[in-house]
Amino acid sequence: MQYMLIFAESEIDFAKRDDPAEAPAYWGAWNAYISAMRSAGVIVSGEGLQPPHTATTVRLRNGERLVHDGPYADSKEALGGFFVIEARDLDGALEWAAQSPAALYGSVEVRPTLPPPPEAA
Amino acid sequence: MTQDTRRSAEAAARSSYGRLLALLAVSARDLAAAEDALAEAFVAALRSWPEKGVPDNPEAWLLTVAQREVGRVRRHGGVRAAAAATLETLYRESAERTDSLPDRRLALLFVCAHPAIDEAIRTPLMLQTVLGLDAARIADAFLVAPTTMSQRLVRAKNKIRATGIRFAEPGPEDLPGRLEAVLDAIYAAYGAGWDALPGAEGEIAGFTSEAIFLARLLVNLLPAAPEAKGLLALMLYCEARAPARRGAEGGFVPLAEQDPARWSREAIVEAEALLREAAQAKQFGRYQCEAAIQSLHVQRGITGRGHWHALLALYDLLAERAPSLGALVAGAAVRAEAGQPVAALAALDALPAKRVEHYQPYWVTRTHILSRLGLDSLEARTKALSLTRDPAVRAHLEVR
Repeated sequence: MQYMLIFAESEIDFAKRDDPAEAPAYWGAWNAYISAMRSAGVIVSGEGLQPPHTATTVRLRNGERLVHDGPYADSKEALGGFFVIEARDLDGALEWAAQSPAALYGSVEVRPTLPPPPEAA
Repeated sequence: MTQDTRRSAEAAARSSYGRLLALLAVSARDLAAAEDALAEAFVAALRSWPEKGVPDNPEAWLLTVAQREVGRVRRHGGVRAAAAATLETLYRESAERTDSLPDRRLALLFVCAHPAIDEAIRTPLMLQTVLGLDAARIADAFLVAPTTMSQRLVRAKNKIRATGIRFAEPGPEDLPGRLEAVLDAIYAAYGAGWDALPGAEGEIAGFTSEAIFLARLLVNLLPAAPEAKGLLALMLYCEARAPARRGAEGGFVPLAEQDPARWSREAIVEAEALLREAAQAKQFGRYQCEAAIQSLHVQRGITGRGHWHALLALYDLLAERAPSLGALVAGAAVRAEAGQPVAALAALDALPAKRVEHYQPYWVTRTHILSRLGLDSLEARTKALSLTRDPAVRAHLEVR
């Protein structure tokens, strides 16, 4: 099965990325995590994301395009990145989620991806 | 059929249902599909057995039919050829070894109490899947509408399938955490039966024996887990005293006034043995602690010796490990008996008002300690009475 690991980080965590004192540890932890997943061959795809202040949200209402600054939901933690991984079961996916740096200071949501739609008979 | 024969027939059916469902669910990794297939197999048995006679191994027969049914539904849905292959293997294996079916109920228990499953539905899920109880009966004991309970159970099973929760026993490293959830869910089943006991008759009162069945099963499947033995011992001590909780006219009899001759000796002996075995593992835990407390209460009934200080020490340990409201209030009651009523009252005062507001044992204990200290207990007594639903317990409190 495939699962998406959705990493949520706080504003403080996002700030670590560019803080000379914090950045080496921050990126070191992520690099170690990603290479562990890569050598296990579980990664299907994945990206890190720029901080939530770079987000722009679009909605179409009554034919009108509403664009506003910021992420779709304002919350303490924001989406920092994701991976889609191949795992035998939920427990296998949770194992990888628990090893991520985000599990230590933020949170990781684990969700199975939708299986491909059934073929037309 | 006598009561005993009926009970053993029920136990056999229950045991068989859980075994078959566990085998099916583990291979299909889908509880809902396994349940549907097993139901189909039972229907097929009702059609076929009266005509062709009962097969030599009814369980293997049911399993084979149910496995075909899972396979049929799978092929129909056009999904997962791999799972179908697993089923084929299992089907061949079971056909070869029809005499003894492997017991996978432990994996099933762990799926039901998986951390990804809402805590409130774990116990109902166990009662339904491992014991085959119907949703309406479970709903009664958990005080929700049958349709609500069915919906919650369906939702939980959907989550198990959709998220691909592992159908296997957890490894040694995550066993302690996962086992605790299983134990808690079994104890909750016992609680649901016990709470319903006063005044309730027949059906609802039955969950205590279901919980004991599950705990016994767990002890058999995980003989190295001392906490499983602790839980079984704890429930057996409580069961042993159940007949003595009511007087000749149905009135409530508190522990201190119970006639030990009316306690079940058999249950106490079994509980004591379990607790001793558990202690040999030298891994003390919450359930062993609670069982040890019950053991002392039982000894007091038999020998007349209070053991209040030993009890107090155990309650302090329990408060560290599992500071439930029940444990803290009972600990305060024991503190008062151990000759420290002032400290006992202080312990009650320290509990947050919001948590104790509707907790009947708190107000009963408070009444008791206040009158012991010669203080005004009218308010606490009134509150205790207003929270007591069981008429026999009310009558007991009013007399006092």
